[in-house]
Amino acid sequence: MLERLGHTVEFPAGQTCCGQMHWNTGYQAEALPLVARFVEQFKGAEAVVVPSSSCVAMIRDHYPKMAAEIGDARLIAAVEALVPRVFEFSEFLTKRLGLEDVGAYYPHRVTYHASCHGLRNLGLGDGPQRLLKAVRGIDLVEIEGLEQCCGFGGTFAVKNAEVSSAMLAEKTTAVLNTGAEACTACDNSCLMHIQGALHRQRTGVKTVHLAEILAGEEGAR
Amino acid sequence: MSGAVLDPTTSPAFPMAAKAAMGDTQLRKNVRHATEVIQAKRARVVGEMPDWQQLREAGKQIRQHTMENLDFYLEEFEQNCTRAGGVVHWARDAAEARQIVAELVKASGSDEVIKIKSMTTEEIHLNDALEAAGIRAYETDLAELIIQLGQDQPSHIVVPALHKNRQQIREIFQREMNLPELGEKPEDLADAARQFLREKFLRVKTGVSGANFLIAETGGVCIVESEGNGRMCLTLPETLITIAGIDKVLPRYQDLEVVLQLLPRSATGERMNPYNSIWTGVREGDGPQVFHVVLMDNARTEILADEEGRQTLNCIRCGACQNACPVYRQTGGHAYGSVYAGPIGAILTPQLQEMHHAQSLPYASSLCGACYEVCPVKINIPEVLIHLRNKVVKQNGLNTESLAMKTMGMIFRSEARFRAAQRLGRMAEAPLVRKDGQGEGWIGWLPGMLGGWTQVRDLQAMPKETFREWWESRGKNGN
Repeated sequence: MLERLGHTVEFPAGQTCCGQMHWNTGYQAEALPLVARFVEQFKGAEAVVVPSSSCVAMIRDHYPKMAAEIGDARLIAAVEALVPRVFEFSEFLTKRLGLEDVGAYYPHRVTYHASCHGLRNLGLGDGPQRLLKAVRGIDLVEIEGLEQCCGFGGTFAVKNAEVSSAMLAEKTTAVLNTGAEACTACDNSCLMHIQGALHRQRTGVKTVHLAEILAGEEGAR
Repeated sequence: MSGAVLDPTTSPAFPMAAKAAMGDTQLRKNVRHATEVIQAKRARVVGEMPDWQQLREAGKQIRQHTMENLDFYLEEFEQNCTRAGGVVHWARDAAEARQIVAELVKASGSDEVIKIKSMTTEEIHLNDALEAAGIRAYETDLAELIIQLGQDQPSHIVVPALHKNRQQIREIFQREMNLPELGEKPEDLADAARQFLREKFLRVKTGVSGANFLIAETGGVCIVESEGNGRMCLTLPETLITIAGIDKVLPRYQDLEVVLQLLPRSATGERMNPYNSIWTGVREGDGPQVFHVVLMDNARTEILADEEGRQTLNCIRCGACQNACPVYRQTGGHAYGSVYAGPIGAILTPQLQEMHHAQSLPYASSLCGACYEVCPVKINIPEVLIHLRNKVVKQNGLNTESLAMKTMGMIFRSEARFRAAQRLGRMAEAPLVRKDGQGEGWIGWLPGMLGGWTQVRDLQAMPKETFREWWESRGKNGN
């Protein structure tokens, strides 16, 4: 999709993880070295596009503090220079490029799940919905309880499996009530979580990342 | 859950307590309904304030400034309260606070007390200590009365009986007030409580209260409430004993302008509380003639010393985070094993215990951020939760989880190890993968702790070709 819009896309092969899992679970010592690794991998990019709102929140909200904790002046400066160029995927399209219609075609009934980090940490607002509304053939239906967490929360899903399951049950009920064929979001971790229950319950409802929808073209596949 | 004392030192870990609470479908229905109603009211009255975000910032600045200068403002409060005729006592911990209050009650010549604004007294289990000293305590806040008569425990800091519905409250009143014919209309219940309490208000000579705010500049104490029962407790007794955490102080009288806008809108969705009481020392012929304030530390100083945990003390006890929390919504308050439930409890309780107990509480959150969004003084609760999780990890040292985390940390630090882990992962999962009707591989059972995932969810198997492999095989620009 990005190439269709005329951009040159690179994928630094040395990239691994932003460190969110370690950081959020309390393993700060394990998360800290990943800051320098991220900076090293991406420092040459004009823009870093991340298809996960929670990873962007990790980088934007925590990397400056983490770099300060490490105390390396060069790393602090590098983080300061790089973080403003890091964008969540939909945010890159709507805010950096000022786009709404990316020429996509997706003839399905779809509902959008606003991931907590996208909604509250990044302030994505209705950006993703505006991108979806411009998709040809799409039937976009609003979900009830848009601002409610799906219950994933990383290790929360296994450490507090019962509570997480109850939160997920509310979310999947809301998804099913829309009658959508697919549930989309800007964060694969929420989608993996929601998909896990939709598949277990044999609902036939799929989860697709926003990028998969926006990449769809008429006549393709 | 009824009757089980909310004591973080003896309560089960949150996941276990939550599982038990979630088996109570009536409780979950009550909690969901009540939190939804309060949230809607809050959203309405917050939405009508064009300067809400500036107010929140002002609230944060006031509280932060206070905490940074707490020693100064506490002494200023002591001087001004004393000058106005109050007697200030300092309690290092819960035991000292209980002892001071019990002795003051005895010195007042009474063997019973009426109480209002009881959360701090619940924190230190004051009623049990008073009972042991031969003193009978009567809760007069309607919700606290329901809790006391029902031999229950509070589940919310502003709406302590939020987990009970009207029918359940009626049953408690019928039984405990001996009113078998009592109806279930709100006015029936309010009338029964009024009759029951009025007699206590007129008879009991000593009152015990908490405090919403202590005003350093004047030495005054402020309580806000909805029922007027607090006003009775503050004005009718001959002796009034107020117990407050040292975090409750505000520098100036004028600061009420900010906090008394933030608090009622956040707490109960009201523009203003029906009863706002401020009293300063004693005045001859008007109200209690003996007034004591017990200023209690009980680990607050340790919290203050922790640069990242400190913002916890900014809390003005509105309970908005509890109403907004999707975890609290499922479990109610008792699962948190402390009078402070929900997100604020998840950060406050472990710190009040100096991290020795309640280690599971910092993990009782999906970090969704709804608490931070509604907090009227902008406490970044997710940030403090993560900080406390780090403390828990350091305290626990080596275990299965930390070994797994360290291993993954090593994998993430090297491209070669990351690639190898992807290959190994595919091999390791193979015995667990089953094809579904569409021919896609899924995992329906996982071992050990990961089994929490597969209780209600499947996990899609790793793809035959990872994104990385696909990317490398397609060449530049998809050619």
